Amino acid sequence: MLVAASFFVFTFVTVSGDPLAALTITPNVSPETVNRIREEKHLDEPVFIRYGYWVKDALTNQFGTKLLSNEPILPDLWRVMKNTLQLVIAAEIIALLLGVAIGVYSALRQYSPFDHAATSFSFLGLAMPLFWIALMLQVVFANVYQKTGHSIFPTASLNSVDPGEGLSFWIDRVHHLVLPIFVLMIVNMAGYSRYMRASMLEVVNSDYVRTARAKGLPERVVTMRHAFRNALIPIVTLSALSWGALLGGAVVTETVFSLDGMGLYFVNALLTNDPYPVMAWLMITATMIIVFNLIADILYGVLDPRVRYD
Amino acid sequence: MTEHRPVDDVRSEDRDEVALHGGTPGRPTVPLALSQEPEGPIGTPDLALAYESGVELKARSQWAYARMRFLRHRLAVVSLFVLILVGLVAIFAPQIAPYGYDEIPLGDINNPLALIESQNKGPTLNDWHLFGTDQLGRDYLSRVIYGVRTSLWVALFVAVLSTAVGALIGAVAGYFGGWVDNLLMRFTDLILTLPGLAVLLTASQFFGQGDPLKIGLILAFLFWTSIARIVRGLFLSLREKEFIEAAKASGATDSRIILRHMLPNAVGPIVVNATLVVAGAILVEAALSFLGFGIQPPDAALGKLISDGQSEGFRSWWLVTFPGLVIALIALAINFVGDGLRDALDPTQRRMRA
Repeated sequence: MLVAASFFVFTFVTVSGDPLAALTITPNVSPETVNRIREEKHLDEPVFIRYGYWVKDALTNQFGTKLLSNEPILPDLWRVMKNTLQLVIAAEIIALLLGVAIGVYSALRQYSPFDHAATSFSFLGLAMPLFWIALMLQVVFANVYQKTGHSIFPTASLNSVDPGEGLSFWIDRVHHLVLPIFVLMIVNMAGYSRYMRASMLEVVNSDYVRTARAKGLPERVVTMRHAFRNALIPIVTLSALSWGALLGGAVVTETVFSLDGMGLYFVNALLTNDPYPVMAWLMITATMIIVFNLIADILYGVLDPRVRYD
Repeated sequence: MTEHRPVDDVRSEDRDEVALHGGTPGRPTVPLALSQEPEGPIGTPDLALAYESGVELKARSQWAYARMRFLRHRLAVVSLFVLILVGLVAIFAPQIAPYGYDEIPLGDINNPLALIESQNKGPTLNDWHLFGTDQLGRDYLSRVIYGVRTSLWVALFVAVLSTAVGALIGAVAGYFGGWVDNLLMRFTDLILTLPGLAVLLTASQFFGQGDPLKIGLILAFLFWTSIARIVRGLFLSLREKEFIEAAKASGATDSRIILRHMLPNAVGPIVVNATLVVAGAILVEAALSFLGFGIQPPDAALGKLISDGQSEGFRSWWLVTFPGLVIALIALAINFVGDGLRDALDPTQRRMRA
């Protein structure tokens, strides 16, 4: 699957444009230099052969180097990945906890004011563009800063210029990540709470919950042990499958808040028309997504014994 | 994987859907609409029963039922009105917008101060600058109206194209099964493996950006997969139904069975999904344009407007706020309409109502 995907994307990326086009019209770059790069990077070969070179590079040379400089790609990618994971995992955990809690509560109190508020909120959260929420927060906090001089939450970058060491470094980092995490969380939380509500409602009205009630079990045991645990099953799968969407959200969030993460790295690689970092990025994220899908499938089977794979 | 979906009880509110005239007073009225079949082709199976029991029955088609269910969903109806309004504004943008979308108030050449004063004005009733003006003094309301026009156009294009392609691929895969199904579904999986937004960014960077038509094509390339999967799932179960067997036995060709017998039975989910694709496409297109990989000037797209506003520092809050609000409004309305349509066209699905 990964091989097919990589070839598919590689072909697409390579046949659709000449990455050196901008260089050929730059006045102080001689045609010889362009031709030398072209030959060094095998840009003049047919797609299949270039793909072969790329695979060789990817496997033996850690995805090789960038097109125009000889900077290796992988170390950069690891660095930004670490930053992105901090952002994404924090947002995902908070979104899951809050989303599940809200979903369960509004399912148990269906059509109550809380339920209506939560449902409208989730509809809103799903309809607002992520980057717009991010920008609005930026506008608000930047204006507060300009008017009052108080920087409640910083609106850009991962750290201050001089973050310090150890604990103060991490406090600074968390302080900078509050807004990005909030933005990423909102949208995911809306989805989770809506899904959790539906799943909980379905379970609450099912036969085995009725049986549990009929047995005379206390309501608390019925909802927590019988209903809640079963309602969680689809959420587990959903959260594993939402990895791709989270990364997409990270692209947008990081661009708005100019965080040195995978998303910004990717956008910058694209803007320089350099196929190699783009390929490396896509391959690594695709691998992650495949792994998460696999985990989702396995978990689903483990959690719900009714599911059989044939 | 298995699907466990609870068999819905007929909701009590559905029982009054059949208008009963006459019937002996005091006699309990028979709930005639109970056997309402969501999957049966068309028709009113209750007619025979109705004549026997001597009750006059108003025959209603599946579509009449669907319309009734939709109209009962109040939010969906309101949203539909909002959407129609937005659509009209988009279609008649040149007539409605108070200014041109690229109209710079040059005014009196001897008075350059007037031009500067007209720039970056907040929302005001003067001269109908309801959304203010941007850094060049262009009326922002007009720019947003033209932005809606572009964005809606792209989103509708995406919905139509991806639905057509997705339904076709899903239908072929589901109907024929076997290696055809395998091949097509592996291809679908392949596209689903890649992180969506990243693929779009890559595609629009290398394939060509700026042109709304191209952006639409690229978006459709990503969006058809969900519809293909849904249609395939439906077709896999429809394939085993007796009426398909009957059609086969009477010698109908494959294409006739797919188009005449199976597709009409899958219309509900397809329409619902197409609606949701419009909302998704608007949001994703806005994100693309915002990142600078989507629609380029001189076309005004909502996402692009927001990113222009961003570059204007944070002094002119209206430049960021209004296009975003409009996007949220449209997406919200479409989602509600989609919800209403799901309740109306796809009664087997449990309702997730606000």
